[in-house]
Amino acid sequence: MIPELGHFALILALMVALSQSILPLWGAQTRDARLMESGPPLALAQMVAVAAGFASLLWAFATNDTTVSNVVANSHSAKPMIFKLSGAWGNHEGSMVLWVLVLALCSAAVAAFGRDLPSALRARVLSVLGMISVGFLSFILATSNPFDRVWPPPLDGQGLNPLLQDIGLAMHPPLLYLGYVGYAVTFAFAVAALIEGRVDAAWGRWVRPWSLAAWSFLTLGIGLGSWWAYYELGWGGYWFWDPVENASLLPWLAGAALLHSAIVVEKREALKIWTVLLALLAFALSLLGTFLVRSGVLNSVHAFASDPARGVFILVLLGIYIAGAFALFAFRAPAMAPQGVFAPVSREGGIVLNNLLLCSICAVVLVGTLYPLFLDLLAGRMISVGPPFFNLATLPLALPLVMAMAAGPLLAWKRAALWPVLQRLWWAASLALLVFLLAMFLGGAPVMPALGFAIGMWLIAGAATDILDRAGLGRTGIGNALRRARGLPRAAWGAAIAHAGVGVTVLGMAGMGMATDKLVALTPGASTEFAGYEWRLDGVRDFQGPNYTARRATITVLRDGRVVQVMEPSKRFFPIGRTTTTETAIRTNGLRDLYAVLGEERDGPDGRREAVLRLHNNPLAPLLWIGSLIMALGGGLSLTDRRVRVAAPARRGAAQGAPA
Amino acid sequence: MTRKRRRLYVLLLCGIGIGSATALTLTAFQDNLVFFRSPSDIAAERPPEGRAFRLGGLVESGSVERHGAYDGRPAIRFRVTDGQHTVPVVFTGVLPDLFREGQGVVTQGVLGTDGVFRAREVLARHDETYMPPEVADALKRAGHWNPAEGAPPPAAEWNTARPRS
Repeated sequence: MIPELGHFALILALMVALSQSILPLWGAQTRDARLMESGPPLALAQMVAVAAGFASLLWAFATNDTTVSNVVANSHSAKPMIFKLSGAWGNHEGSMVLWVLVLALCSAAVAAFGRDLPSALRARVLSVLGMISVGFLSFILATSNPFDRVWPPPLDGQGLNPLLQDIGLAMHPPLLYLGYVGYAVTFAFAVAALIEGRVDAAWGRWVRPWSLAAWSFLTLGIGLGSWWAYYELGWGGYWFWDPVENASLLPWLAGAALLHSAIVVEKREALKIWTVLLALLAFALSLLGTFLVRSGVLNSVHAFASDPARGVFILVLLGIYIAGAFALFAFRAPAMAPQGVFAPVSREGGIVLNNLLLCSICAVVLVGTLYPLFLDLLAGRMISVGPPFFNLATLPLALPLVMAMAAGPLLAWKRAALWPVLQRLWWAASLALLVFLLAMFLGGAPVMPALGFAIGMWLIAGAATDILDRAGLGRTGIGNALRRARGLPRAAWGAAIAHAGVGVTVLGMAGMGMATDKLVALTPGASTEFAGYEWRLDGVRDFQGPNYTARRATITVLRDGRVVQVMEPSKRFFPIGRTTTTETAIRTNGLRDLYAVLGEERDGPDGRREAVLRLHNNPLAPLLWIGSLIMALGGGLSLTDRRVRVAAPARRGAAQGAPA
Repeated sequence: MTRKRRRLYVLLLCGIGIGSATALTLTAFQDNLVFFRSPSDIAAERPPEGRAFRLGGLVESGSVERHGAYDGRPAIRFRVTDGQHTVPVVFTGVLPDLFREGQGVVTQGVLGTDGVFRAREVLARHDETYMPPEVADALKRAGHWNPAEGAPPPAAEWNTARPRS
């Protein structure tokens, strides 16, 4: 009964979304206020319907309803409740329902908080969001109904892929979708602006927080995914340039460019056409990411749904939305006159450079990700493009980006002089040089990691300079400067913190550039020397988990005969689904990770059983994720800025100033 | 600064950006494309010395030896077959959880002068019914699977693709 209600709720949502995509837009075009006003209630109704559908799905998973084929394929009664629930979106159908739910929530947020928007703009935005919803709801109902029944019902489900039974991965898709779908909102604003033929500061004031929120969630989602890969896959690395990872990195890069250029629109009414284009691109890349992951065209860890019909459907959706939006862009963009002239050396100029480099990196990653696909389709040659390509092609572009990143926020708007800015940064530069020399000659680091340490330091010191300079340190007393620092707009703090977060992540990457590992076979009681520690294998024993059995090794890590850590890597065997997973043991002190993986057990040369162990020493690894957390926090802090909260009167003024 | 002048600057900057991105992509492509080869491909044409490539096929039944060492590290030896030819592989590392005899596998590494493939990575990260598309294609070319007859046969049936000689 409940699954049928859920199915019905989704059909209802499709009907509501259909009217949402037509009525408000019709009203905006014919200046019919009543039709325009139908947008918000329709958006709220759609949200309620989709939420009901999603709740029914959660219910089916929570009660382990084995008459629903999706539950049978992805769940099992012996699973902890949290993973039963997360299993609802750990599969293709459920994750698409989650996608639409997040989209409906965002539309409802625009409807609820958009009272101060010009009503025509709000109506058009809600209509475009409705159109996106229509596409994805019909995709779900036509090709991936999560409520399909099976008869006769099996006794129990087949279980969720054990790799996905993890709290990090339970949170990963919702965060990622919040990011992807946030770009649907900026996309809707861009399309609405194109229909209207007008982009102004009020538009920028709305696009900036949405792109910022989307980017912050995407940062968290990517960080979490990378952390999951690090501790769950047990390969010792954090980023593999896997096509699916790239699929989430592409909108992140375009979105980072968007959130910077939206500032220029808001503050200076320049770069308008470019910002609209970036908003279209960010969502196009989000859709491309969804297509690549969901269609199964890519061979990867994540690509578990491989149904060509679905791929074609998403490809058609992608074609309609993107081609439609770009056609509109080509048609309308020339009508939008640029304003706000600025000199090449200025804050705007810095942001143009940022956009240029971010987009170049994005293009390089896109080519590297799609090239194997096209070569296979067109020439039938099978190749793969691996980390060496991406490292070689993106590093030379990322280097000037991070170098300029510290100086950009110090430049004045409109027209700036480079020399005084560099003078203010001299201490950051000397600190970076000092770190470089220390790392090279005292720490024995190779050139690239040492350069990474220097750049990370440069970014953090640059962000500090930004804040100190705004507070007027050196021009006024310390107490006064502190008071002024506290009074700085939160957007300024947010930007500085996010930039420092990039610096922290770069430090982590540099540290991982010096990571070492050792593969060794040990008999119980034997020990090996690695990374300045003595690693002793005490034994390998059986262990019984809630829905798995495991072999668990106990390794004691000693330094000078003193016990430092006890690590217990294991291999889990899940009888349901007959799969094995590797559980790594990670011990961190905040600045470096000791990481151990248990391989197979085998007969050693002397006939005794020995266990193969892979040991890693990962300096500064925790900084990778702490850095992305800091970036997202900076974004969040910037969102609480007064400018976003009290922009309402200004917006109303702007709306009255010019006819909509 | 006039508008025309500014537009020129922006265009110039864009040109430099796009140009350098293209140049970087092309040079990086030149050395870092990893080709896929099946055991038959290697038998037909010896791949260039020292260049990494991906070798894919099925892990030959009974060929996995989990003892001995290579280069001072504990090693695993197995053979990859596409039903026509086989290539011996040596791998030092922890095998992925889904590595099984008789199942599809993709490995990346270099071919030694002794004809032994030194794998740096072994990719077998799907469920047990999954057949990597490259492997399915290699089997197709080796004449072990005709796509006209339907989906590729389940991996388990390939256990006997080529009995151990």
